[in-house]
Amino acid sequence: MNDTLHSHEAPIEHPGYGTFIGVWLLLLLLTGCLVGLSHVSQTYAVWGLMTLTPLKAGLVFYYFMHLKYEGPVFKIVILVTLGTLLIFFALLFSDVAFR
Amino acid sequence: MSGTHATTPEPSYLVDTGTRTGVLAWLTTTDHKRIGLLYLYSMMTFFFVGVGIGLVMRLVQLTTFQKLITAQTYNALFTVHGVIMIFLFVVPGLPAIFGNFFLPILIGAKDVSFPRLNLASWYFFIAGAILAVLSLFTGGGAPDTGWTFYAPFSLKTGTNVSLAVFAAFVLGFSSMLTGINFITTIHRMRAPGMHWFRMPLMCWALYSTAWIQLLATPIVAITLLLVILERFFGIGIFDPAKGGDPLLYQHLFWIYSHPAVYIMILPAMGAISEILPTFAKRPIFGYKAIAFSSMSIAGVGSLVWAHHMFTSGMSGMALMIFSLLTMVVAVPSAIKVFNWVSTLYKGSIDFQPPLLFALTFIFLFCIGGLTGVMQGALAINVHIHDTYFIVGHFHYVMFGGTGMALFAALLYWFPKMFGKMYSKKAIYASWFPMFIGFNMLYFGMMILGMMGMPRRYYVHLPQFHTMHVIATVGSWLLVLGLVIFFATLVYATFKGGKAEANPWGGVTLEWTIPSPPPLENFDVIPTITRGPYHFEQEEHR
Repeated sequence: MNDTLHSHEAPIEHPGYGTFIGVWLLLLLLTGCLVGLSHVSQTYAVWGLMTLTPLKAGLVFYYFMHLKYEGPVFKIVILVTLGTLLIFFALLFSDVAFR
Repeated sequence: MSGTHATTPEPSYLVDTGTRTGVLAWLTTTDHKRIGLLYLYSMMTFFFVGVGIGLVMRLVQLTTFQKLITAQTYNALFTVHGVIMIFLFVVPGLPAIFGNFFLPILIGAKDVSFPRLNLASWYFFIAGAILAVLSLFTGGGAPDTGWTFYAPFSLKTGTNVSLAVFAAFVLGFSSMLTGINFITTIHRMRAPGMHWFRMPLMCWALYSTAWIQLLATPIVAITLLLVILERFFGIGIFDPAKGGDPLLYQHLFWIYSHPAVYIMILPAMGAISEILPTFAKRPIFGYKAIAFSSMSIAGVGSLVWAHHMFTSGMSGMALMIFSLLTMVVAVPSAIKVFNWVSTLYKGSIDFQPPLLFALTFIFLFCIGGLTGVMQGALAINVHIHDTYFIVGHFHYVMFGGTGMALFAALLYWFPKMFGKMYSKKAIYASWFPMFIGFNMLYFGMMILGMMGMPRRYYVHLPQFHTMHVIATVGSWLLVLGLVIFFATLVYATFKGGKAEANPWGGVTLEWTIPSPPPLENFDVIPTITRGPYHFEQEEHR
């Protein structure tokens, strides 16, 4: 009949403050990397943005927005969305990179 | 299926049963059927405004009438015609009207997942429409950019582009919220036994559409916000004078606006897939192929946007990739057409008005679709880009496709929605001028385009005049057909004879409940035991 999106009966195990602070520090580090790359060259900056920004977004989804504790349907939905975005990027680059 | 007959004397959804009555009851309703009708009434109003503007635009091409309108006003007219018809009629079109009204019924539910959000979607729609209308009369006047708001002109023009794009931004919210609602409803509210491959194909079409609404609309929403930021603060993202890239605007705009074409056409295809089995009295041919082709169109159709930009100066690599992908998207569309025709083959055809309009859809959509494939070929595209050929092609797909399917769906479900039957003779009478006028107008435009007539021109050279006259006369016939069509339906709403619960002999769930349906659709939620197109007589053949 219906899909099971998430079983609300199961107790959700919340991460401790240590995990949140660790992820936050990692996000700061990645932001620092992006700022550093933007000073090296435009090419590095673009590749940095293309790879590290989705990683940062993934960390926010996974820990701060509790995707880690959700059922597979939500994870697949997010994966489809990010996958679509990556395909859009790739097709955009078929123009920008070959002009 | 079993347990589907509602014999309850529960009043229809058209009767006010709550604490509020009259207009207030309608404006605060959370019933999916009433919200569907709210969309129907508001969209038809916008449609006729758009038709009126189109008619004036055609008159301008008759030189006698040219003194009525200045060139600047003409620019505003084609922009407003596009904005109204695209954002206020064909994009929300079938999903908002028939999706809202019939999706819960088709899957055996009492309402959508989020009824209040559903009403909020309608209010976003109306708010966007009001802002769009305000943009015509405030600031620097009606936008003159065309409905595409291309940068850098949209950044520089003194007309009220900022408010118009903000209106489109607000309308985008309506679309996204409806998409979220439909996806959740289909996942969570299907009746017991209704697994994915027992859903009527309209539901598959709405599901595919909802995903496009959800994934692509935010992109245009952000893009339009960037236009506003650029106009107010000069951030320089699209302005080449500041190092920006105007092609980036075109990419971002079409990443949404091409899939938007599939938002418009997929539900239309869903409605056709409901109508044909009912009037052929046999199951749809290739159920799974049609269901998967809807998903394929949604997927591949999202990857072909740059075929709108073949002459923009994109890289050769991008030209080849997008040309190839454009050809690929024709495959799932063709699968649908072949399956529809095969459904009719050896069927017990019951020729009724909804079938006439469904067949008209197939004929006109094939012309629109095939001319679309033509334009996917780079060499041809360069020659016909920005000519009347594009305008003709687009109207074949959007009006001949979505518009005719919407009319077919309206004729098919009208007895269920209002509990009244219309005059079939009057509908047949409306079809002739509509069909002849349509082809004179839009095929005429395609010929004009092939001759070299550019689109969006206020004046034309003498060699184009004869075809312009033919097209304009066609527009009069088309409008005559539309007036007869809608006058017939409006008359039937008030004075039509009572419709039976199942006037067409349909077998999907909506035909198992009374006409008009009761407030909560089903007395008892049905248990589904078989596929959606199960015709008894077919079983005995």
